[in-house]
Amino acid sequence: MPWIDACATDDIETEDLIRFDHAGRTFAIYRSPEDTFFCTDGLCTHEHVHLEDGLVQDFEIECPKHNATFDYRTGEALRAPACVNLKTYKTRVENGRVQIDI
Amino acid sequence: MTKRDYSLLGDDARRAVDSGLAAAEWYHTDVPRKTMKALMTRSDQPAIRDTIILFGAMIALAGIGIALWPSWWSAPFWLAYGTLYGSAMDSRWHECSHGTAFKTRWMNDALYQIASFCMMRNATTWRWSHARHHSETYIVGRDPEIAVMRPPAFIKLVLNFVGVFDVAAALPRMVYNAFVGVHPEEKTFIPETEWPKVVRTARIYVAIYAATIGLAAWLGSLLPLMVIGLPRLYGAWHHVMTGLLQHGGLADNVVDHRLNSRTVIMNPISRFIYWNMNYHVEHHMFPMVPYHALPQLHETIKHDLPAANRSIAEAFAEMWPALVRQLRYEDFFIKRVLPDTAKPYREDFHAALAAE
Ligand code: FES
Repeated sequence: MPWIDACATDDIETEDLIRFDHAGRTFAIYRSPEDTFFCTDGLCTHEHVHLEDGLVQDFEIECPKHNATFDYRTGEALRAPACVNLKTYKTRVENGRVQIDI
Repeated sequence: MTKRDYSLLGDDARRAVDSGLAAAEWYHTDVPRKTMKALMTRSDQPAIRDTIILFGAMIALAGIGIALWPSWWSAPFWLAYGTLYGSAMDSRWHECSHGTAFKTRWMNDALYQIASFCMMRNATTWRWSHARHHSETYIVGRDPEIAVMRPPAFIKLVLNFVGVFDVAAALPRMVYNAFVGVHPEEKTFIPETEWPKVVRTARIYVAIYAATIGLAAWLGSLLPLMVIGLPRLYGAWHHVMTGLLQHGGLADNVVDHRLNSRTVIMNPISRFIYWNMNYHVEHHMFPMVPYHALPQLHETIKHDLPAANRSIAEAFAEMWPALVRQLRYEDFFIKRVLPDTAKPYREDFHAALAAE
């Protein structure tokens, strides 16, 4: 798959995320406290609520609905009620743009 | 008027799924992302302070209670201790189940385990049932935590002020979980991978209660049970009182927490015991905001909410007659007026659902 242009690096605050929709799918793109970028599926694996309103703390994203927590670098589900890991995608930064490999 | 079926395996449960109500999008007040992020920020400090006060007070009160036992002079100390055990632990259980009490996860989990035990709630089961309560608040047949069903069972309500029905349901379930396994109703909301944990937790609880009862028998005294177990009964009143106010007399089968939840301004002692859950509309709308930030959240969104009740007494005066009316008219509920600054309720959507 080609790299998909998602957003400018400045579109995401440090320690935060944005939603990115592409070709009928929805993703979450994160900027870590170290200003590195990560991408996961946009919907929580518990009840498919979008993570865009969730809370990023360090390298974790907390779902806004029931506070399930995932490591957004690996997608690992860290806290109930989510048991299924989030899918992750590779990212890279080119000329101030975040690109994702889906 | 249709009879409500609160069973998670019943007709209303099926109807909620079929009509789309069970998966509906809930109403949220718009709050700028930056403000929301600041409100959601976690910290350890407020909960560490409150937990030290809580456990410090419990140890002191139980100590005095034991020292004065069996004199009646010990009674007020037991009452205060019991209220912290049987009521403050309810709100700790609740906040920690959301993972919002502390920033540090192990602190949350530790307090969650202790509070679950005090409240006789299986720590695993209830984490899942509470998730369902948030997805489908007061949707008949889907929410396993509906405190006041319609028509209201008043005897049950009143007796629960001393925890009778809660404990009468919790103990057999604990024994069932420990010796038989996960109950079929629990299987509707707990994923299978978690079932062994439910059983293990139940066995630990049974062991602790058996040891306490054994010690009481050996000493020939109620005293061990005054410290562990009984306070779940004699100290339950405060959490039942505040818990009834959360949704009592308000709408069910809606997807707007402004219609089914109640915010009540309370005195500081009740707020300590209840850990700010008196801001209940705010909590349901934004469960990621920790308890210590709820007063601030209230200020941020109150323009979009019905006016809060100004005291526990005022809220009861509003709720109680509504519950009495529901005895005769099951469909009755209090519809609270929104201020002019608020976005209106989605009448069309709720009406369409009601007509299903
Ligand atoms: S939908 Fe994400 S935790 Fe439930």
